[in-house]
Amino acid sequence: MNYFPDEVLEHVFDFITSHKDRNSVSLVCKSWYKIERYSRQRVFIGNCYSISPERLIARFPGLKSLTLKGKPHFADFNLVPHDWGGFVYPWIEALAKSRIGLEELRLKRMVVSDESLELLSKSFVNFKSLVLVSCEGFTTDGLAAIAANCRFLRELDLQENEVDDHRGHWLSCFPESCTSLISLNFACLRGEVNLGALERLVSRSPNLKSLRLNRAVPLDTLQKLLMRAPQLVDLGIGSYVHDPFSEAYNKLKIAIQRCKSIRSLSGFLEVAPHCMSAIYPICGNLTFLNLSYAPGLHGNKLMKLIQHCRKLQRLWILDCIGDKGLGVVALTCKELQELRVFPSDPFEAGNAAVTEEGLVLVSAGCTKLNSLLYFCQQMTNAALITVAKNCPNFIRFRLCILDPIKPDPVTNQPLDEGFGAIVQSCKGLKRLSLSGLLTDQVFLYIGMYAEQLEMLSIAFAADSDKGMLYVLNGCKKLRKLEIRDCPFGDSALLEDVGKYETMRSLWMSSCEVTLGGCKSVAEKMPTLNVEIIDESEQMEFNLDDKQKVDKMYLYRTLVGHRKDAPEYVWIL
Amino acid sequence: MSSENGKRLLETDAGGLNFEATELTLGLPGEPRVTSDGGAKLGSKRGFSETVDLKLGDNNREVKLGHSLQEAAKSPVSKTQVVGWPPVRGFAKRGKKSCKYVKVAVDGAPYLRKVDLEIYNSYQQLLTSLEDMFSCFTIRNYLNEKKIEQVNGIEYMPTYEDKDGDWMLVGDVPWQMFVESCKRLRLMKSSEAVGLGLTTGPKYSSTN
Repeated sequence: MNYFPDEVLEHVFDFITSHKDRNSVSLVCKSWYKIERYSRQRVFIGNCYSISPERLIARFPGLKSLTLKGKPHFADFNLVPHDWGGFVYPWIEALAKSRIGLEELRLKRMVVSDESLELLSKSFVNFKSLVLVSCEGFTTDGLAAIAANCRFLRELDLQENEVDDHRGHWLSCFPESCTSLISLNFACLRGEVNLGALERLVSRSPNLKSLRLNRAVPLDTLQKLLMRAPQLVDLGIGSYVHDPFSEAYNKLKIAIQRCKSIRSLSGFLEVAPHCMSAIYPICGNLTFLNLSYAPGLHGNKLMKLIQHCRKLQRLWILDCIGDKGLGVVALTCKELQELRVFPSDPFEAGNAAVTEEGLVLVSAGCTKLNSLLYFCQQMTNAALITVAKNCPNFIRFRLCILDPIKPDPVTNQPLDEGFGAIVQSCKGLKRLSLSGLLTDQVFLYIGMYAEQLEMLSIAFAADSDKGMLYVLNGCKKLRKLEIRDCPFGDSALLEDVGKYETMRSLWMSSCEVTLGGCKSVAEKMPTLNVEIIDESEQMEFNLDDKQKVDKMYLYRTLVGHRKDAPEYVWIL
Repeated sequence: MSSENGKRLLETDAGGLNFEATELTLGLPGEPRVTSDGGAKLGSKRGFSETVDLKLGDNNREVKLGHSLQEAAKSPVSKTQVVGWPPVRGFAKRGKKSCKYVKVAVDGAPYLRKVDLEIYNSYQQLLTSLEDMFSCFTIRNYLNEKKIEQVNGIEYMPTYEDKDGDWMLVGDVPWQMFVESCKRLRLMKSSEAVGLGLTTGPKYSSTN
């Protein structure tokens, strides 16, 4: 291989696109490392504190697309204070100063200020794509800057962000000359938008394939937009409330029928369930349907809709679909690969929810199922064993019983055997979330069988340190481990500190680890940042090593302690 | 530490259930929790983790202690206490059903009913539903100008109280506007409405 000129190798490397593979390629020898780094265009950084922007820029001068993730996953559930960190500004600032021709920026769980967005919009001439997922810290003013300044913008995709909506004119800021949009998603914005500007924007965007509207876009605007963009592949409906006998509804029916390319449908942020029949003509082609923001859609109307969706591969719904509704899914959606059932109201137990029955039905009917997120009232070992038999191909299996320590209601036993069956049967399992009454036994099974497991989420489980040890010893490919409210203490934490360097991160909150234990890890492993997050001021007054730590987050890093931590975060 | 805790609680559990140990306190996260030995426990965990401690070192999970743990867990108090559970992002936004329940009073009826206006799309649907609900009455349905079989000879006019506190005739404004401004409904006896000069019907019938 060393006899090939660099250009040939570079051309060969062009075919290697996955991050993992490119990382492997760079480790072969010095010359491959050099060729690979100059040709690398896309970089993924799973923890923004593991590396610095300067080192990124130095290594990959040809960088065009950057993906960054900030806060730990449990931040989604309010377990991480808002200003813990994950600020994108330093990254944009550094990139702007360099010669990097950034074209795409994808951020998840990061704090994004309007200043960052403005700087971004002005610094990169060829900037094309901005994707923000679960971010916060910006307002519609920042979006206005992006719209106004990014002349070749193709994608503006906002997913589940906390945006301060100034009800401004950001949509109007797209200049008349902007005709390059392929994807526009502003479903998470709460405020009004200029409907006229929206219509004009869509009219002059012939390449628009994905459009997701927010709640403020009414039905008659939707109809006009669809008339102008029948080429859409992905549609997110904002408001879907209207009178089935109205002229607007008739026009909508016609408009929808023209959209023969729609494969993905979401939204229905406001829905009148009596009017779903207008959607039926496009249901037969759908591969992705997301109704998880539409609690008004349930019962027979929902089932009827699903019966039209025979080609569905991914379905996201609320638990008001019920076990019966899942039975309909099992009969209809034979191509289903991914199912997510979200809770509509956990405090009204038994009201509108699913149980183990629904899951068993889906597992029997949808043999291609490989990804599950399931919030339910209860689960039994027998059901899990059946599911494991029916669907051995699970890659992601996330089960959340609304009462987190509920045992099998039939046998009153913990759910160890059920989850054990899942890990034993699903040899390709990469992600697992557990719930229900669980002892150390389930962790023994996980350590023994879950050989491909990369991410594990545990809450209110286990009896002793053994549980954690089984996992750390057994799961060789583990990258992310997040634990809350389990009786794991220092002896589990300290058993094999070297293991944490092979992982991206470890989160432990409300467990039994002490300050002394955490200090010990930090001492032994200088390549880890060990953070203690404690807002209660206990740390100020009582630095006793025997004190239990409320929240600990440790992660490997090449750049030492971060300088932007707030005062309630101690980096040991 | 944990197994000691479990043993200690078993010992104090003389004959019945050790309720004190399972008692969940309404403390803020991080507040010291006073345990049965009188001492304050620093870095206390929340409700569920306390109950998790109870089953440590005890293989006979079927024992009463396990049962009381389940009972404690079922208490609604413990559910509302736990931060971050269920683990779903933006949870409050998803679950909020947009529903608008308003009281419905019928002159002469001994009790009121409640309807969710959000589940209807038009006045016709609402009135049909009200007729079903109060099956012994007939609602004067002049929206369609059709004569309804009168069961007991009494006709009712549908009226509602709006945001300003005024009593209005149902049917004058567009449906959505009505849903937003309606605070309560009252089916008024037609005989009382005589003499109010209500000769013209409302603007919005079911065909709008």
